[in-house]
Amino acid sequence: MSTLLEVSGVSVSFDGFRAINNLTFQIGPAEMRAVIGPNGAGKTTFMDIVTGKTRPDKGRVLWGEKSQSLLKMSESQIAQAGIGRKFQRPTVFEDQTVAENLMLALKKARGPLSVLRFRAAKEDREKVGALAEEIGLAVALSRKAGELSHGQKQWLEIGMLLAQEPRLLLVDEPAAGMTPAEREHTTAILVEAARTRAVVVVEHDMEFVRRLDCRVTVLHEGSVLAEGSLDFVTSNERVIEVYLGR
Amino acid sequence: MSDIALSPGTRRPLVARYPALAVFMIVLALFTIGVTILSEGFGIGVISTSFVKTLGKTLCLCLVALAMDLVWGYCGILSLGHMAFFGIGGYAIGMWLMYARTEIIVTESLAAAPLPPTPQEISDGIAAQIFGVVGASEFPPIWAVAHSLPLQLLAAVLVPGLIALVFGWLAFRSRVTGVYLSILTQAMTLALALYLFQNDSGLRGNNGLSGLQNLPGLDHVAQSTVSLWFFWASALALALGYLLCTWIVSGKFGSVIRAIRDDEARVRFLGYPVEAYKLFVFTVTAVIAAIGGVLYYPQAGIVNPAEIAPIASIYLAVWVAIGGRGRLYGAVIGAALVSLLSTWFTGGQAPDIDLGFYTIRWVDWWTIALGLSFVAVTLFAPKGIGGLVDLVTERKSPQRHGADLGPDPGALREKEADE
Amino acid sequence: MSRHFLAICLLATLLGGALPALAQDADAPIQTLLQEHGEAIAESSRRTIGPAIDALTDSGLPAAQRVLERWQAKEMWRNEETGLFVFAEEIDRDTLRIFDVAGEAEIGVVPDDGYDQLKPNSGIRGMIGAALVRFQLTDPDPAVRATALEAIGRDPEAAHLNTLRKALADEPDAALAERMARQERLLTIQYGESEAERIEAIEHFAGDLGVDVRAALNPLIATRLEVAETVPEGPEVARVLEPGSEALSREAAHALLVDEGLSAPPLSRDRKRDVLVANIEGGMVGGIEVASLSTDAARDTAYAALVAQGVAQPAATEQEIDAALDAHVFFERYIGAPPAVAAAAAAVLTGIENSVMVNQAADLVLDAISLGSIYFLAAIGLAITFGVMGVINMAHGEFIMMGAYTGFVVQQFVPDHTVSILLAIPLAFAVTFAAGVAMERLVIRWLYHRPLETLLATFGVSIALQQLAKNIFGTQARPLTAPGWLDGSLVFNDIVSISYIRIAIFVLALLFLAVFLLVMNRTRLGLEVRAVTQNPAMAGSMGINPDRINMLTFGFGSGIAGIAGVAIGLYAKVTSEMGSDYIVQSFMTVVVGGVGNIWGTLLGAGMIGGLQKMIEWLNPSNTLAAQTYMILFIILFIQFRPRGIIALKGRAAEA
Repeated sequence: MSTLLEVSGVSVSFDGFRAINNLTFQIGPAEMRAVIGPNGAGKTTFMDIVTGKTRPDKGRVLWGEKSQSLLKMSESQIAQAGIGRKFQRPTVFEDQTVAENLMLALKKARGPLSVLRFRAAKEDREKVGALAEEIGLAVALSRKAGELSHGQKQWLEIGMLLAQEPRLLLVDEPAAGMTPAEREHTTAILVEAARTRAVVVVEHDMEFVRRLDCRVTVLHEGSVLAEGSLDFVTSNERVIEVYLGR
Repeated sequence: MSDIALSPGTRRPLVARYPALAVFMIVLALFTIGVTILSEGFGIGVISTSFVKTLGKTLCLCLVALAMDLVWGYCGILSLGHMAFFGIGGYAIGMWLMYARTEIIVTESLAAAPLPPTPQEISDGIAAQIFGVVGASEFPPIWAVAHSLPLQLLAAVLVPGLIALVFGWLAFRSRVTGVYLSILTQAMTLALALYLFQNDSGLRGNNGLSGLQNLPGLDHVAQSTVSLWFFWASALALALGYLLCTWIVSGKFGSVIRAIRDDEARVRFLGYPVEAYKLFVFTVTAVIAAIGGVLYYPQAGIVNPAEIAPIASIYLAVWVAIGGRGRLYGAVIGAALVSLLSTWFTGGQAPDIDLGFYTIRWVDWWTIALGLSFVAVTLFAPKGIGGLVDLVTERKSPQRHGADLGPDPGALREKEADE
Repeated sequence: MSRHFLAICLLATLLGGALPALAQDADAPIQTLLQEHGEAIAESSRRTIGPAIDALTDSGLPAAQRVLERWQAKEMWRNEETGLFVFAEEIDRDTLRIFDVAGEAEIGVVPDDGYDQLKPNSGIRGMIGAALVRFQLTDPDPAVRATALEAIGRDPEAAHLNTLRKALADEPDAALAERMARQERLLTIQYGESEAERIEAIEHFAGDLGVDVRAALNPLIATRLEVAETVPEGPEVARVLEPGSEALSREAAHALLVDEGLSAPPLSRDRKRDVLVANIEGGMVGGIEVASLSTDAARDTAYAALVAQGVAQPAATEQEIDAALDAHVFFERYIGAPPAVAAAAAAVLTGIENSVMVNQAADLVLDAISLGSIYFLAAIGLAITFGVMGVINMAHGEFIMMGAYTGFVVQQFVPDHTVSILLAIPLAFAVTFAAGVAMERLVIRWLYHRPLETLLATFGVSIALQQLAKNIFGTQARPLTAPGWLDGSLVFNDIVSISYIRIAIFVLALLFLAVFLLVMNRTRLGLEVRAVTQNPAMAGSMGINPDRINMLTFGFGSGIAGIAGVAIGLYAKVTSEMGSDYIVQSFMTVVVGGVGNIWGTLLGAGMIGGLQKMIEWLNPSNTLAAQTYMILFIILFIQFRPRGIIALKGRAAEA
């Protein structure tokens, strides 16, 4: 199996605190992966490194068929290369309408001059409409994102993520603050997405992870503690010790 | 606010989507016609020529306020340098005006000489006239194209544009944002002003350029007529500027820059090169500001380094904030209202208030009133005068997290704590 | 007046001594001595007076000094008949009150017919003055001797040299002798008789930084530019110059040749025009119409025609100029002193210049430190409000101004400067502390975590405060006078010195740093401040009242700005706009240093002060340019260290 993203030997420290310690991680082009770990295990920092927000002290991060290094790219270049990220706390543009938020995320040329000339074509509108339908916000298209409930913002952000059509989705706790029905829907969307692209889900909720039914990577103190099926890792003694049991 | 929001699948003209644009254009047209009819130059003479000039200057200030609103209200860059670009525009046109006028004078005086003057003699004569006040008699290199109006006009746009481009590139590249960026732009403005204050800057030090109200070769045309020409030009420039700004903010570009204002990191993760957008907006608005300066200073008659000092840019921010940032008509209203009121109060026309024990002389107290009302606006009416429009139209604003006036670092801090 | 008559009178006096004079001690030693030289004294010729003055000076008579003084003051008269000298005061046009030269006893009032006033010319007065210096130099009072020595230093004359040498031999005070010896050498450099003695004196001063030494040496190495066909041999040639070099431009070299008549002058534009104008005939010059002479090319053609007609001088062409320059050499000849002396002076001066450079660098460092401490003072309040609390206070500069005006007002009521300053410092703190607390309560606390809004609102306050100060105190600068003991400078040598005010400001800056560190790291307030800034919610839950802490911290920062205002007011003028002069630099200092770190602010202030002084040194004519370049530098610096010199790393920095 080919790899889409390869993180190897990456370390980063803040003021002497080693947030990531010699981390190695791989994911294929159409794969679902759950990343779990206790607070401070480095899950968010791992995402920061992949998306270019944080520069590692050492190690390499390679992307795609051409094994391009992500370390020299800016956040926006990385995003354009096909890595989309959903934040833990929903970050949507609250002053803008749902439709505008989705339109912003839609996969189009990103340069200022082409955006200046951009006028939404019919299929763009249709795509926005379809996405809104999928995330259950079709009726809220002209509402300001700031007026949405917390769960709706989560949905909107997932919708924006899908609109970007990324090859790799990094999803941070997508189910937080959702009703069971909504969780189910989220699971369905993610599983559907993982058919054609790579999806990395950071999650605390074991039930949710179980429903994703995928390989699980356990992080602890900035490095990989165990990797395998959920049953495999949950039976690992070290994992039980640091994370589940005690 | 946006077409896709209101009616996906249909496209309507800009004016239909932006009723404010239509209203603005009609008001501006009526205003221009009205002033023309009331003027001395072409009408019944109710409005004095100097007041026509004041109104023309006010239109230019509205134009630069538009630029400020675009860069600050929409893109979130509180620039304290746009009045510097405005001033540079004024210097650029002033150089041509001074050169061309002095050339006519020098040529006339040399015509009496026994030999017809050579180009070199004319040039030396002009230099001696212009730079006598700073004890120089040669043209500095920056006056290289001062003899040509088209080239100098090009410089009026290119020089501020380039300064904005280089400064913006440096500042945005190193991710200087928020107040740090404001302070940095203020420093840039201060550096420019200090540079121009020097006598050997080649721009006559603190004397500045003067006599700009006299158009070369048009001495026979009365100032009452010239003032109206500039008034019309200013009105046209403001109309075009408003159209351009509306066009920029109306589409997806506007959506992107507002998103940058609210959460630039998030925009980056969507794949937009945020720095390029900021640079684009910063540079375009610098050019708009410079065009405002080109039209303003021939009406003011003099441009000197004090006009470029940081305080001028601070006042610009004050106008836009009072008018209401994040809406183009707000900037225009703010600039027009506050600058005209300032002229009225500081011009000594406002009646003093006698309190019995103390007489409030507005010349002294206007600035204090302005400063305090600015504090009040920031505290109690962050939407400025434009907020009144919302009351009328009963526009509902989101009551939950966030606001339409920029990022809320408090929320960011909470986010950090969560992560 | 006949000299013979006088001689006869003198003879008569000496022989007979019984002339019907008023009561006057004609035999007093001083009178006798004067009579010995009476002829020369009366003649008043600079050539012959020397021995008379020397005799008086060397006589050892107590009255000699008095005689010289009154002689110099034109108060000595001579009886036409007896030839006796008297001191006299003119009562009116015709009458004199005369006094005996010995003992200055009044003799009586006489008509001035019988007396001639001695009117020494300025040359002689100078000689007398030099002789008097000798008396002062040997005066029993060391203060008088020191004053005399200073007088010599101010106005050295050849005559002083011998006087000084004699006085030096007898000088009892070692320190004074040292100074005399130095002055003697300086005089020797200028007036020494033999070259060897002058060179020896010159070489004695190797490495001496005194301004007086350079003033004495510089005239010696004066040169004159000369031209010749070959360079003359000999030591009087200081150096040979190449035309077209930096030291001698091609034009200057050719101008010298023209002056010496060795080359024709080049044709300047003005001269060409004048010649053409002088030869206009019927609208034509040299066969060309005047109206077409509007280009240099046409004028050249016309001029050439005039030359061909023989009415104009041919101008030197470029080739001729080159040829003339090639045919000659240009050199500088020593004119200030004999070549050997000049060479020695040049060598010593070069050495001195080098150590002057070193010392100037040291002085520059002192200047930079003091400028840095001013920036630090201005910025330290900001380091608290902006650095620690994260509040952008654009009215910070106005707090500095308020502090300075507080000092000014205190001085209006308390005339004693020491007391008033000591009173002004706590008062300024109190006033600006109150202003800061008021501003925090009324404005800033509504805007926490909205830095741009804070920036705007405090702008408003800044504008209002500035205008308010203008309304109250007017637009002219107000003085804030330092106590007398802060006047003057600490002088290391003639180059390195630092004024006491600057030292005081430096000390104050250190004191502030100490206070800041103490308050932040050692007090309950500091602990609570750090807690509130790091996590207000958590601090609140631990019983700290964040409102109160924010208020106090902001007040503290503002109060320090007020004290800084007093210090800055002593050093600069107090105006309503003084705050805005410092606000940008202050923010730059904090940002460059690294927000949230007092050591960073210190480094930032040091760096900005140092760089500004360095740029000023490179381009001393222009402090405005120095500030411009300084700001440009800071903008570039932030490129490379966006978080300042001392950067907080990691997540803390991203908040």
